[in-house]
Amino acid sequence: MFDQTSFIPTDELNNFRDRIQRVARDKMAPQAPWVDEEEFFNREVESLLWDLGLLTLTFPERYRGYGKDRMVALCIAVEEIAKVCASSALLLIIQAVGSFPIIHGGSNELKQKYLPQMSEGHKLVAYLVTEPTAGSDITSIQTTAVREGNEYILNGSKCFATSGGVAGIYSVLAKTSEGKGSSSFFLVERESAGLSIGRTESKLGQRGSNTTEVFLENVRVPVENLLGREGDGFLIAMKDFDMSRPAIAAQALGIAEGAFEAIIQFIKERHAFGKPIADHPVIQTILADSAILIEASRGLVYRAAILNDEGKNNTKLASMAKCFAGDAAMKITTDAIDAIQVLSGYGFLKDFQVERMFRDAKLTQIFEGTNQIQRLVIARQILKESM
Amino acid sequence: MFQLDEEQRLILQSVREIVQKEIKPRAAALDETGEFPWDIVRIFAKNDILNPLLPRKYGGVEVSTYTFCMIVEEIAKACASSALLLVAQAEGTFPILYGADESLQEKYLKRLAGGSQVLIGLGAIEPSAGSGIFSLRTRAELRGDQYILQGEKCFAQNGSVADFLVLYAYTDRSKGSHGVSALVVEKGAPGLVFRRNENKMGMRGTIYSEIFLENLAVPRENLIGQEGEGFSNMLKTLSASRLFTAAQAVGLAEGAMEEALSYARRRVQFGKTISHHAPIQFMIAEMATGIESARLLTYQTAFLFDQGEWKKAGTHAAMAKLIASDTAMKVTTDAVQIMGGYGYMKDYPVERMMRDAKLTQIYTGTNQIMKLIIGRDLVGIS
Repeated sequence: MFDQTSFIPTDELNNFRDRIQRVARDKMAPQAPWVDEEEFFNREVESLLWDLGLLTLTFPERYRGYGKDRMVALCIAVEEIAKVCASSALLLIIQAVGSFPIIHGGSNELKQKYLPQMSEGHKLVAYLVTEPTAGSDITSIQTTAVREGNEYILNGSKCFATSGGVAGIYSVLAKTSEGKGSSSFFLVERESAGLSIGRTESKLGQRGSNTTEVFLENVRVPVENLLGREGDGFLIAMKDFDMSRPAIAAQALGIAEGAFEAIIQFIKERHAFGKPIADHPVIQTILADSAILIEASRGLVYRAAILNDEGKNNTKLASMAKCFAGDAAMKITTDAIDAIQVLSGYGFLKDFQVERMFRDAKLTQIFEGTNQIQRLVIARQILKESM
Repeated sequence: MFQLDEEQRLILQSVREIVQKEIKPRAAALDETGEFPWDIVRIFAKNDILNPLLPRKYGGVEVSTYTFCMIVEEIAKACASSALLLVAQAEGTFPILYGADESLQEKYLKRLAGGSQVLIGLGAIEPSAGSGIFSLRTRAELRGDQYILQGEKCFAQNGSVADFLVLYAYTDRSKGSHGVSALVVEKGAPGLVFRRNENKMGMRGTIYSEIFLENLAVPRENLIGQEGEGFSNMLKTLSASRLFTAAQAVGLAEGAMEEALSYARRRVQFGKTISHHAPIQFMIAEMATGIESARLLTYQTAFLFDQGEWKKAGTHAAMAKLIASDTAMKVTTDAVQIMGGYGYMKDYPVERMMRDAKLTQIYTGTNQIMKLIIGRDLVGIS
């Protein structure tokens, strides 16, 4: 349908895509409806993702990482899986996001200790940044880390933590001092005394992902678990965004393509108003508009990813990709319901998967910085470049 | 026109009180369980607002279409499913009110008077048709004093809970649209078979049923008007449905904007409430502008209905439905956006409103079909 190879640098990556596409269709697609219905975190899919090596793609190679094209590989995997199940794709993203501060801030000793717990021990990781009063504005976090001898003592409440209740390891952002450059990341183990999981959220979409509150009450971590130096927290979080935003964009792209495929499927099956529905201008308009948005999203997603793999600044493109692909997914899934409705009267029903895709798409406009924040980031980057 | 008279003021005030006290607190649970809201039926019936359009001569309050739209809007602010309950009643009443003779009106409309909890359904859509409402397959054949119906209906509003239903069928296929007739069918009639009620994304506190008509016998006297009048009757009813959908969508959008506004005034990010941030103000400005224009077109259309200007009202109803439902979709989506992660969670009502809004773009004809109707009317192609 779409030319998916033009942005992808190697045959190896194209084969990688084919492999994931097959598994996603055969093994994950059938699970998607009931996982959504039951708000169920599916361990079966998780273990499939481990087997495929998809939960360690962004890790160093010796810990089962993909290697130099890791970011493109992550986007490919996320896109293919999101075509059939956005919740499963989110697990890949959050694993990459949560492990980022460890990979890029942790000492070699720390990495030797914890990365195998993930790559071999199959521990999931969660990213504890958001707080009830600190969403897009991460500088306003209240969680504190106070040094006492060879330990830091962490106190605070985190919310909307993806994989919060199923993770074994947490990257936690906490304030280490007052004022600018005041926050730092810490690696915290699930078994730490004082760490507890709050309630699990019930969500509009991506319901197969696990979202919880996490509470830290006098949680003691050794100083070695500080990721980077004190005050590096904000910087690491920003670098993490450069990776996570193209990945979210890839998820949005996949959701949009899934919805697009659903329309095509319907067109093949149906006649309406006495002629093949493919002849209807209404349907053709929806198809054309959707395809334009999908191709444009793909361009942004993979350009942002390739820059990241090349070690170049991709902040602007990452935000553009996230913003554009998220808005596009929302529009395409909305239109897909309409299209199937025009054709049959069934788009709104739960039996047809587009209504789930529509609910799933909404989150891509929100998390990893709302699309309003993305626009500010884009504008600031442009102004910085042109000054 | 936009000045409320004393009666309208009193009615809306009492509706607002009922909504705040009894409907709003139930909205989340209705959505969650997807069950039919019998308690809301009772509340509406008790307060005499289940059938506000019912003429006085049948014991009703007989409000204007305009007042009815404002009532629907008021309820939809808190719970679109509950508002749909009134709309469904009106849609079922409409074909009888505007098409049936005195005796059939007596027989059925009187049952809706006072604190009656009698429910009406409408079976217009068929599985093979979707938005192509003209490709009807159901047939009604006159045998003696009875019509025998064969066929199936889907998405019948109030279907399996309705005490009686209005159905459309061909009485003479060879006459095309002039061969369509409307009939009233009572619950419990042999051959009236209900299959499943659909599991929907939104408006979950409402019922849409599949209906199978298997040699269903209907007394001849239950024919609405004359044979062949069904099509024009259906068009009128559909126009009214679109207007009511517009009113419902306006209310839904207003409800979502209120939630977003109150959140924006509370939520502090970057040192001030997010209501201070220009991007948020822009979104709110677009919401309010969309709502105001949709509401005006909706009221204007209601006014045309009240004047009996059917032709113009039909096109206007399509326009009102188009702008109001697109506005509702945008406003509810942006309300979730303003509320961010909180908006996406089931603890807040805006995600439900977003799901509900989607249906307003779809039912009574998708917005794509609305554009065809408006466009064809303007260029002069029927």
